[in-house]
Amino acid sequence: MKHADELTTKNTCTWCTGCGNFGIWTAFREAAVQQKWDDNNTAIVAGIGCHGHIINFLQMTAFEGLHGRAIPVASGVKMVNNRLNVFVFTGDGDCLSEGGNHFIHAARRNQNITVILHDNAVYGLTTGQTSPRSPKGYKSKSTPFGNIEEPLHPLRLALSAGATFLARAYAGDIEHVTELMIAANNHPGFAVIQILQPCVTFNREYTHDFFQENIYRLDDQYDATNQEAAYAKTLEWGIKKIPTGILYQVRKPTYEEQIPQIATKPLVNGELKKRDISRLLSTYI
Amino acid sequence: MKPFVFKIGGQAGFGIASTGLTMDKIATRSGYYVFDYLEYPSIIRGGHNVVETIISDEPVLSPFQHTDFLIAFGQETIDRHYKELRPGSALMVDSDGKFDLEKISSRINIYKIPLNSIAREVGGSMLMRDMVALGAVLFFLEGSLTILFDLIEQEFKRKGDEVVKKNQAVAQHGFDYAAKHYVDKQRVVLTPCINPDRQIVITGNEAIALGAVAAGMQFASIYPMTPTSNILHVLAPLQEQYGFIYKQPEDEISAINMAIGAGFAGARSMVATAGGGFCLMAEGYSLAGMTETPVVIIEGMRGAPSTGLPTWTEQGDLRFMLHAGQGDFPRIVIAPGDAEEAFHVTMQAFNLAEKYQTPVVVLVDKHICESHQSFLPFTTGSYKINRGKFVTKKQNGYERYALSADGISPRSMVGVGNHIVANSDEHSTDGFTSEEIKDRDEQMEKRMQKMATCEKEDLLEPKLYGPKDAKLTIVGWGSSKGAILEAMKDLPHVNFLHCTWLSPFPATAIKKVLQKSKKILNIELNFTGQLGGLIQEKTGIALPHQLLKYNGRPLFPEEVILAAKKLL
Repeated sequence: MKHADELTTKNTCTWCTGCGNFGIWTAFREAAVQQKWDDNNTAIVAGIGCHGHIINFLQMTAFEGLHGRAIPVASGVKMVNNRLNVFVFTGDGDCLSEGGNHFIHAARRNQNITVILHDNAVYGLTTGQTSPRSPKGYKSKSTPFGNIEEPLHPLRLALSAGATFLARAYAGDIEHVTELMIAANNHPGFAVIQILQPCVTFNREYTHDFFQENIYRLDDQYDATNQEAAYAKTLEWGIKKIPTGILYQVRKPTYEEQIPQIATKPLVNGELKKRDISRLLSTYI
Repeated sequence: MKPFVFKIGGQAGFGIASTGLTMDKIATRSGYYVFDYLEYPSIIRGGHNVVETIISDEPVLSPFQHTDFLIAFGQETIDRHYKELRPGSALMVDSDGKFDLEKISSRINIYKIPLNSIAREVGGSMLMRDMVALGAVLFFLEGSLTILFDLIEQEFKRKGDEVVKKNQAVAQHGFDYAAKHYVDKQRVVLTPCINPDRQIVITGNEAIALGAVAAGMQFASIYPMTPTSNILHVLAPLQEQYGFIYKQPEDEISAINMAIGAGFAGARSMVATAGGGFCLMAEGYSLAGMTETPVVIIEGMRGAPSTGLPTWTEQGDLRFMLHAGQGDFPRIVIAPGDAEEAFHVTMQAFNLAEKYQTPVVVLVDKHICESHQSFLPFTTGSYKINRGKFVTKKQNGYERYALSADGISPRSMVGVGNHIVANSDEHSTDGFTSEEIKDRDEQMEKRMQKMATCEKEDLLEPKLYGPKDAKLTIVGWGSSKGAILEAMKDLPHVNFLHCTWLSPFPATAIKKVLQKSKKILNIELNFTGQLGGLIQEKTGIALPHQLLKYNGRPLFPEEVILAAKKLL
């Protein structure tokens, strides 16, 4: 079995010391080792933001796309090769602001991909503007007088849109993130993991301490198949009441399972051949 | 035989377009050639639709401004089109309806047929009045009812025998009524003749869709938009049988990004849209260029700017396609001139996209997309799939963006063990992000080298039609080809340079023709003469004489003749 270090590239990591991305990176490598995710079976797609740099640090086939557009690229990959494990790495600005439409529709289709949402509630790479996840009143370069907008709750949004696996974890709890990444990938359907991560440089509110003090784990009594309960859980946010774990998981046909063309093998398998269209042409006579 | 122009008009929602197609097929099955052109507003019901079928005993390539036979289901058709009628032309109206015919010249034949009452009494529905009219038309034009009956059977078979019989009966009644009341008004137009060629009647959209299927396309993501929606209408029902995926995405941004994802994963992929949809794809266009991901982009131009004239034609996006997307990257843009060219260019586009690992644009317009034309069935015998430097097995030391003399790096199938990094950030040969000067220079030069390679290995020179030495050379591109070639039948000393490859641009070949030209007339369906400007930029030859049209209507041969004669 590979060691997590073998999934580390030669490139110097450029995240700030203490950045939540380290936890996500470490957890993914750990999960990959455990699950044998590699260049034979896995593709990752990243958007643009601090999170997107992960493709430079992971020894794993990757496509780094445009800001907000990782999900449709991943959907395209998965549809033509449904044998692959497909992961989307995205940020809160990337996924919920620029890419909001794609997030909703991929959830609605229940495409069998895993979305790892790096949620630091701020724009890091563009040096600290308010994001759709920043709390009301949040002061930043773009909201010097305080944010007058309410934050978006991605799990509630994804639940409404039709996602079938919703989880939340704190980036500092590497073991938990690892476990959820594996569970999300094993889940057939659209899986979202909201990973709460501090931006140590720009977000003074959502710090490591804040998350450590205010998150709690859903216990065994919690029924993740109950949609109403899940909805109620997505409403919880604040001091001592940020639930983590699997908030929702139900089994529904995935988008790809409903495409007969790929029922037996991926579209891209086998040699590409010119098709005979003479019968089609005859219908135009 | 001079091309005979048959036109039928009425309220939108009453099957005007399908009546036109039936007329096309009556003509081709009777041994003639056709072109049909549909005009309709951007609404489903209540507007005015008109379809024109041009019939000739030699290939016909364009609509005309005059009309030889007009069927008016309502007064609006007469008001809009009566001026196109010439002495000896015919106007058919419904004798059950009220029509103001005062302005119709006495030299026009007016045929009054009880379309509604025959449809209702014989067929049981006024919706069959177009079939009554077609039956009557077949009398006037010496056409074959048997052929119409066959077409009716094909069209309505799935609705049951009774529907077939009723439609055939109303057509027979229309024919008989005309024969009884207008016995001396027959003329030779659709008289069945022997033509050994079984022709297809096809639109550009259909040709593009079939070209994609033939070329092995595996993934198409197309958001509906006039004038290319029919591409998806053809593809969607074929996907299971032919083993590809058609996906309706949430928007055009998703469309191109899905297609890029599919292309990255090793599939032949495509999108189709109009100018407005392509605006949303512009960033993806650049992404495909930077990540070196093949994707075929069909762009069907319509009247613009903005929503513009949604159901009308224009050539206003040439410059847009050449420059859309941030930065310099290899853009291959080819503009076919008719449905048959669109078929072959589409097939070729899939090879070029994979060979050069870059987006390839097939630039068409509403006039090509939606007009029917008769052709011999397309052949694909000479086509060979070329996937370029495509790796399907694990390779030691694989690097996605390895340097090479022709600018093309090995592209690997995902999931075969190669570590592939496709990156929208500038990168080094291994795909990892790099902002180093050396990497930037090498990668930019590598990508742009593909244009030079393409110019050397694949670029086709524009076709020169007509005599080598001419008093006047017409320059044009895209769908205006048809009207210009029709016009040239009346312009013996004129030749025509039809530019199809727009990027890379065959500047040397164009310069060679134009510097010998005595006079040049540039014809385009846009306001600024976009091709003319491009030619001047690339060859230094200015084109001061221009026929520019931007009213959404296609170019007509009569307009070409008029403009050419001014210069001759």
